[in-house]
Amino acid sequence: MAFIPHTEADVAAMLAAIGVARIEDLFDEIPPELRVKSLVGVPEALNEMEIGRLMAERARSDGITLSFLGAGAYEHHIPAAVWAITTRGEFYSAYTPYQAEASQGTLQLIYEFQSMMARLTGMEVANASMYDGASATAEAALMAVRANRRSKSARILVPLTLHPHYRRVAVTTAANQGVKFEEVPYGAQEGVTLPEALARYETEDITALMVAQPNFFGRLEDVDALTDWAHARGILVIAVVNPTAAALLKPPGEWGARGADIAVGEGQPLGVPLSSGGPYFGFMATRMEYVRQMPGRIVGRTLDAAGKEGFTLTLQAREQHIRRAKATSNICTNQGLLMTAATIYLSLLGPQGLVRTAAMAHARTRELVAALTRVPGVRTAFNGPYFHETVLQLDRPVAPVLKALGSRGILGGLDLGTYYPELGNALLVCATETKTSADIDRYRGALTDALQGARAA
Amino acid sequence: MSNVPADLSYTKSHEWVRTLGDGTVEVGITDHAQHALGDLVFVEVPDAGRTVKADEACAVVESVKAASDVYAPIAGQITAGNPRLAAEPEVVNTDPYGEGWLMRLKPAAGALAAAALLSAADYQKVLDTEGG
Repeated sequence: MAFIPHTEADVAAMLAAIGVARIEDLFDEIPPELRVKSLVGVPEALNEMEIGRLMAERARSDGITLSFLGAGAYEHHIPAAVWAITTRGEFYSAYTPYQAEASQGTLQLIYEFQSMMARLTGMEVANASMYDGASATAEAALMAVRANRRSKSARILVPLTLHPHYRRVAVTTAANQGVKFEEVPYGAQEGVTLPEALARYETEDITALMVAQPNFFGRLEDVDALTDWAHARGILVIAVVNPTAAALLKPPGEWGARGADIAVGEGQPLGVPLSSGGPYFGFMATRMEYVRQMPGRIVGRTLDAAGKEGFTLTLQAREQHIRRAKATSNICTNQGLLMTAATIYLSLLGPQGLVRTAAMAHARTRELVAALTRVPGVRTAFNGPYFHETVLQLDRPVAPVLKALGSRGILGGLDLGTYYPELGNALLVCATETKTSADIDRYRGALTDALQGARAA
Repeated sequence: MSNVPADLSYTKSHEWVRTLGDGTVEVGITDHAQHALGDLVFVEVPDAGRTVKADEACAVVESVKAASDVYAPIAGQITAGNPRLAAEPEVVNTDPYGEGWLMRLKPAAGALAAAALLSAADYQKVLDTEGG
């Protein structure tokens, strides 16, 4: 069989068969004003040598930065073995393979991944991964609406302390499916969701409450109180957690008296390098009683006809290829390669290694906060514990300060002005185990200079 | 050859309906339906108190190879979902017209008369046409 599917003669024969003169004529029902004549701003093609050279030059102009930027994606040390193993031919696939059971090694790895995520979140069952933390959060909202059969409202409480991008993706994904998101404000002093902000929903029909731990400000929410408040009113709890922090903090499955109902999050901190926003991967775990409402692929362990252990895709009747329009999700695959990296990362670190990573990141952030708040004009925005990120309040606009730091090779953090204008000159900073005391001192010195420079000007 | 008891009513979508003495009706899926689905691994039944319209999807039967909605044959209010099926979905396979019932409902006023139910003989004709 030839793998050149359409010769000109083939095309001519097909057009003749359907009575059309030119391929163009197949598109004549699209109004001319909607057709793109040429791609404006897209340059001519380059060959491989030319594009390689261009990209090398662009990469050089990025320089090597010292990053104190977190806000949803975190720089962690990734042991060299992680990607050396992940990129082996046996593993090198983007998704769950077709005829999945023919790839027993891949399925076993996915099963191990699910087991690790279930352990880490303290939940009973986890899926084979989602696209990213934001899409997993949106899927959790849809899942909660299916799972909470007591609630008829499809109303979900979303604290403003949840990542702003996650909130937007949830609205984009679920709002047109009738899910209503209600924003819950945070305490101005504390930077967390307070019980009094929930009081107005006391007697209303609410489907689910989202709880971010740590929240977007790095602060720790009172997850036990929030979970118990929700459960006392028949409201499901969706935990949105950082997987590194989950090693150190109480896992979602143990929040409050009954534990969270669904746990999701961004998996990038587990062995995936920072890369302009992706590709990353999301994770999702839940209680066994809700497993049929969970989206995504699930691998199960079973016995074959000869009684030997094997792995198989399971509970597929939830999925699009069987359930069609009523499937739990239109996501019918997983982020295979990145999930593979995470499984290897977690295997290499082990539970204790992950705890040490988390503890070190927390310690470095405390050191960073202590150093930076000694700089005149800098104070912390909120009172109370944080994990590996916190909000600083500057005495002047953040953007020029970040620019000055950038000119000295320091990525100083995220200017929160765009997302939270009410916070004024607020800067979100992060330090992980990758930062040394010398790095922190360098940031402190550069920030001191930047603020003095701004004062002089 | 499927078992089609003469004393029940049927729908084209393979539900059966039994009129109970107390003015409520019991609903399940037919022997033909359970056979076509294969071994059931999960059954979701509606909660008591739910109001359903005729032909509204209100239960799900899932086998290892397919999942299918079950439709309310008659408008009314659910009085019970079969609690046993949560742990023993296979009862629908072994006893579709008895212990494997899915739900009981109280028909809305006039709904029973309005429902276009089939007799056993007519349902058998449906199966014959489908090659069942």
